[in-house]
Amino acid sequence: MIVPVDWYMALAAALFLIGALGMLLRRNALVMFMCIELMLNAVNLTLISAGRAMNDINGQVAVFFILVVAAAEVVVGLAIIVAIFRRRTSASVDELSELRG
Amino acid sequence: MSCEVDDAPHHQPRIVPLRSGGTDAGERSEGVEGGRSLLALAAFGQSPFRWGDFVTEFLWLVIALPLSGALVLHFFGRYLKGPLSGWLASAAVAASFVIGVVAALPFFEGGEHGVTVLLWEWMPAIGANLELHWDPLAALMTLVVTGVGSLIHIFAIGYIHGDDRFSRFFTYLNLFVASMLTLVLAGNYAMLFLGWELVGLCSYLLIGFWFTKPAPPAAAKKAFIVNRIGDFGFMIALMLVFTAFGTLSYAGVFERAGEQLTSGTATAIGLLILVGAAGKSAQIPLYVWLPDAMEGPTPVSALIHAATMVTAGVYVIARSAAIYELTPLASTVVATIGAITALWAASIAIAQRDIKRVLAYSTISQLGYMFLAVGATAYVAGIFHLMTHAFFKALLFLGAGSVIHAMGDEQDMHKMGGLRRKMPITAATMGVATLAIAGLPPLAGFWSKDEVLASSFARGGWFSFLWIIGLITALLTAFYMSRQWVLVFLGEPRWEESAHPHESPRVMTVPLIVLATLSVVGGLVNTPFRTSLEHFLEPSFELVSLQHPDEGWLMFALLAGLSVLAGLVGVGVGLLTYRRPLERWRGFEETFEPLWGIWEEAYRVDDMYGRVLVAPGKRVAEVGAFDVDVRLIDGAVDGIGRLVRSLGQWARPLQTGFVRNYGVLFLGGTLIVVIWLVAGGA
Amino acid sequence: MVEGILFVVMGISALAGAVTVVVARNPIYSAMGLLGTLFSVAVLYVVQLAHLVAAVQIIVYAGAVMTLFLFVIMMVGVDKEETRKEELPLQRVMVGALAAVVIVAAGVITVVGDFDWVPAATTITGDSINGTVQAIAEPLFTDWVLAFEATALLLTIAAAGAIVLAQFKRQRS
Repeated sequence: MIVPVDWYMALAAALFLIGALGMLLRRNALVMFMCIELMLNAVNLTLISAGRAMNDINGQVAVFFILVVAAAEVVVGLAIIVAIFRRRTSASVDELSELRG
Repeated sequence: MSCEVDDAPHHQPRIVPLRSGGTDAGERSEGVEGGRSLLALAAFGQSPFRWGDFVTEFLWLVIALPLSGALVLHFFGRYLKGPLSGWLASAAVAASFVIGVVAALPFFEGGEHGVTVLLWEWMPAIGANLELHWDPLAALMTLVVTGVGSLIHIFAIGYIHGDDRFSRFFTYLNLFVASMLTLVLAGNYAMLFLGWELVGLCSYLLIGFWFTKPAPPAAAKKAFIVNRIGDFGFMIALMLVFTAFGTLSYAGVFERAGEQLTSGTATAIGLLILVGAAGKSAQIPLYVWLPDAMEGPTPVSALIHAATMVTAGVYVIARSAAIYELTPLASTVVATIGAITALWAASIAIAQRDIKRVLAYSTISQLGYMFLAVGATAYVAGIFHLMTHAFFKALLFLGAGSVIHAMGDEQDMHKMGGLRRKMPITAATMGVATLAIAGLPPLAGFWSKDEVLASSFARGGWFSFLWIIGLITALLTAFYMSRQWVLVFLGEPRWEESAHPHESPRVMTVPLIVLATLSVVGGLVNTPFRTSLEHFLEPSFELVSLQHPDEGWLMFALLAGLSVLAGLVGVGVGLLTYRRPLERWRGFEETFEPLWGIWEEAYRVDDMYGRVLVAPGKRVAEVGAFDVDVRLIDGAVDGIGRLVRSLGQWARPLQTGFVRNYGVLFLGGTLIVVIWLVAGGA
Repeated sequence: MVEGILFVVMGISALAGAVTVVVARNPIYSAMGLLGTLFSVAVLYVVQLAHLVAAVQIIVYAGAVMTLFLFVIMMVGVDKEETRKEELPLQRVMVGALAAVVIVAAGVITVVGDFDWVPAATTITGDSINGTVQAIAEPLFTDWVLAFEATALLLTIAAAGAIVLAQFKRQRS
């Protein structure tokens, strides 16, 4: 049987939601970053599924790009995290709250 | 009333763009030779250069020369040493006089109507262009302004000598002459008003010339403000004129006055012009600035507040004769105001101690005579008196200036006396002027004042009563003028030790002599035996019916006799009273108390104005400035600032600094957008 | 049939991995969870005939990116555990509310509204879109060549930037 595209969408949505909630609830910078990756993956899944449903190869092309950009983003993001948290005792983002009003 | 001088075809190529094309309705072309006068013929007839061309080509110089004098002196005055700037300024005005004489030659024979020269199209839609209207009336005014003006300029070279703003003074004087000529030569009400305002400005600048002292700036402000009140009425009058005629140019207005104006509108216009004229010419109730204006240097008082600027009101009423023709009511009001002012001011003058204040109130009084004349539609008489008054009043002021200069700036007559031996020329010339203003024949004042009074008498009715007022005023005039002359020049010296009176230098006495000569012979231009001036001015007044004195020797002798009698009585009383030692005439003055005190304080009119008008005005201003502005408006603006601030404070807690909080906000916002989109929002 | 089973199994696996990421205390465990999710999703890609993408996902994402993550975790955060206590007020409440809203809204839309998640869906035939290398390369190098170049540039810049960021600290210490 062909799995209906709605199911894939639901799965992707669930992954996305879990990723979003994780980002808001965890304090460790690295875990937050991983949740971002989770969200990106959910989006990729959506795109592949939709591309398949619409019979369009551009869905996969888009995923391709997202993959590349996510990789670049991870590189830079982790470099920043390293730069910030290298000499601190904890990796909590709550400590970076100097830009308050 | 104005016309184009048509060129014969063979002169067509010489027409310059200055000529106005067809703006005048109803042109009347004069003869090709432009005037029948022999002189004009001599000047213009034989050469291909004709009068019309001369006027078109050169008349604008009359205004341009003093104006450029003012500009040159403004920018380069400080580089010109000594009296050179004064001579430069005098030369500019004298040159204007010469051009004026030449341009006026055809008028002397009479019958020539004059031309209008268009200089620049300023606002053609409302009939307001820069155009020069050259007719006999304008010519006469021009000659008076430039002639007397140049004499006063020369006098001022001596009077202002040593002041460190010497050149600046002449800048302003030249600017004034240019402005006055603009007023006089205007071909439409807009340009006239331009000149009107400019002379007001120059008056302000010159009254406040010595601005480091406290009194002159206050006097200058007072003059300007009171004038402004008059200008308000004048402007409304101009608006009415425009509404009725659709244009402001003389050509458009005067010839159609009869058809376009209802008598109601004409009365309104007439009365409003009177308001403006009363402001400029110091009549009741707007005369209060003139005595204070004596704070300015004496040449200023002579030029502006005696001979020229203050006559602008009379001029404007005479110019608008066609309108006044339609409204006997307004004319009567003009005459009444004039007569009452004459008497009022004369009564004040007899009790003044300051030599210039006497002359100031005298000017107000004599202007009242002029208003009486033009109000009685005896326009020629009014202008005639304007001319002779310019002569002897300028002379009186300049003589007073000579005295003040000699006495080291002392102006209190009680501290003078016996100056005849020290300053013979001044004494003699001022004596001539005193007799002239008192109206004793055959001096100028007699002829003009008598014509005014006789015309008023001839008009009859209410004007007979005004004639009586005029007669009484003549008596008072003679009295206070002789009082002044005797106090200053006769009797025993009463001056302080520090004063060293001396005769003034020639640069100051020569103009005095010239003016004295004019005061003697100037009246002969219009005697009942030979009304030359009337012939001269006739073309300017052909649209109106002029009031004349009654014909016949008997009436003339009777009326003239009465005026002369009044004059003699006045002079006599003054002479006899004040020749006596100080205690005797002090006693004379005291017998009239408390009246004398009231006269000396000018009926406390300034006081009353202060309490009734100025103080409430100040109170309103205070309320506006401190209550409305500070509390209301500033409060509102500050309140907005405070509001913004408190809004900011209220929104502040949103910025916690925690990324995760911001994340929640992001997500919430995104959610709202998505739900909205999914729900079919556009 | 096969697809259905694979979907269910891999779906559960992906969700389990995701939950691990969020819930685990040790960041290493979170990384492992993410790895699991990535593999599951890759399988799902293969199921949907996106072969190249799946391969790239495993090589790049699971292989390179996760390795990088693990390196950094070990460098920075391996022995730092979070307390369960929430410092920020209301955060959990708000998040709970958001989640509730999303779930309810999704449920409502799906059940009640007649909503097509993919309106342009057509029936899928056997190998209509086969994500082979050729199939992807063709649009990549023709229609999307500009984006392709741009992302290449982006990668270069990211690499250079990372070096700079990491090096800067080293010089000062």
